[in-house]
Amino acid sequence: MTNMKSDTAPLLEVRDLRVSYPTRDGRTEVVRGVNFTLGRERLGIVGESGSGKSQTGRAIIGLTPPTGRITAERLAYKGTDLLTASPRQRRQIRGGGIGMVLQDPRFSLNPLMTIGQQIVEALRSHVRVSGSDARRRALEMLERVRINDPERVFGLYPHEVSGGMGQRAMIAMMLIAGPDLLIADEPTSALDVVVQIEVLAILDQLVAERGMGLIFISHDLRLVSSFCDRVLVMYAGRVVEEIEASRLSEAKHPYTRGLLDCVPRLHNDRHPLPTLQRQAEWAV
Amino acid sequence: MSDLHGKSGTGAPVLIADALGVDFGPFRAVDGVSFEVRPGESLGLVGESGSGKSTILRAIAGLAPISSGAVRFEGKPLGKRREKAFYRHVQMVFQDPYGSLHPRQTVDQILSEPLAIHRIADGERRIRQALDEVGLGSGFRFRYPHQLSGGQRQRVAIARALITEPELLLLDEPTSALDASVQAEILNLLEEIRQHRRLSSILVSHDLAVITHLCERLIVMQSGREVETLTSRQLVAGEVTKPYTRELMAASEGFRRKEPVPA
Repeated sequence: MTNMKSDTAPLLEVRDLRVSYPTRDGRTEVVRGVNFTLGRERLGIVGESGSGKSQTGRAIIGLTPPTGRITAERLAYKGTDLLTASPRQRRQIRGGGIGMVLQDPRFSLNPLMTIGQQIVEALRSHVRVSGSDARRRALEMLERVRINDPERVFGLYPHEVSGGMGQRAMIAMMLIAGPDLLIADEPTSALDVVVQIEVLAILDQLVAERGMGLIFISHDLRLVSSFCDRVLVMYAGRVVEEIEASRLSEAKHPYTRGLLDCVPRLHNDRHPLPTLQRQAEWAV
Repeated sequence: MSDLHGKSGTGAPVLIADALGVDFGPFRAVDGVSFEVRPGESLGLVGESGSGKSTILRAIAGLAPISSGAVRFEGKPLGKRREKAFYRHVQMVFQDPYGSLHPRQTVDQILSEPLAIHRIADGERRIRQALDEVGLGSGFRFRYPHQLSGGQRQRVAIARALITEPELLLLDEPTSALDASVQAEILNLLEEIRQHRRLSSILVSHDLAVITHLCERLIVMQSGREVETLTSRQLVAGEVTKPYTRELMAASEGFRRKEPVPA
């Protein structure tokens, strides 16, 4: 890829990232000063609805709706400033450098194109290849996401496949242009538990093999910590705690502890369940 | 696991399903499932999407056809059409509180409707009591659904179901659209209500931990059929006989890396 400044720069630098939307009472900030630096590692971002976790992911890849305003001291992918990048540069990075897997394949895939066409399109918008080459690579990619009959699935429309299959196709589409960073926003929340584990295993393997960076956004703290190296916990637009995933049990912030505690468990269940007592100062 | 409901499970069953089958055209959504719900008992239905668990609830409520077999409520077989009185005794809470409340009705109107339908007097007191029971003050009474959070809406949906003082509550994934912390509050509320009233319920969920938290017994379902029926205690102790149930249990433990991946 052109315009990449250096290989020593971190994959992603985020400093004082803010996202705001206009409301009747002026602008409301939904992301309020998020900081992190990402290498080739797996980072989890956890929070409940409205915490700003998805808005953070969308701001990085440039999918914030036009009414939203993004400011940051620094928002850079491999040294390239994303806020001042030209639309052309951004298009290169989006898909070619950073990929994004969204929650529900029923809504994130194009219903009018076959799965194969969509994967081929994703590849050809970043890499110059012939039609037959693109097809061959798309089929290979479908095989990599453990689709047994790639030839058949290549010709299917999104409504003809199951949720798990659709999500694998989405992963194939996102990885075919060889991005270095993948943002997965609730990639398995719309799937059944058994399928969820299969899709996560595929994602995990591909990210590890390619040495990619991963930002895994989810409401499920336990899931995220079983999957990532490091976890950011967000509340009301801010990161309230950052922890090593392996040391989750040592979390200090009452919000993190509350989130961990309030889920019913098969073993050691509690009656009534502990609930979260939200404190006004968490949102300050 | 619910040990709090020691008195449950005695007396004649509230509801009996006998080889219940539901067909949608050529597709068999529920295939010969039998179970009973005893007074005060909470029965769980667990399975993946398409396993037929919600369809069973809908068939009981009259929202899906009973194609074969029979369902008896308090000894009386349910026909094609339900009598009005049936809905006074059986109420349902749906998954999505954003979709199940009328957007142009205030909480007061939402709660008044079942009272008007069933010609229940004493509305004022009942509305206040119902709001109180679900932990919403009277300050919420004249708000519209869009002025409430997801958890508050689900509380309104539960209040609406309780206001006719039903014997059987059908709960279709009542917490899966909610955040974890809100889920805990709603689960606690449902448990309190059960202790408070001698209410029977059928809870549908894809989450084994939610089911064992609220129910004494559960049915594991797959492609419209019953895989096995067991008590929550047996499930937690791992005394399961079917591989599919084991698979579900393993999956609900969360993601585990087979071998450590180099960072």
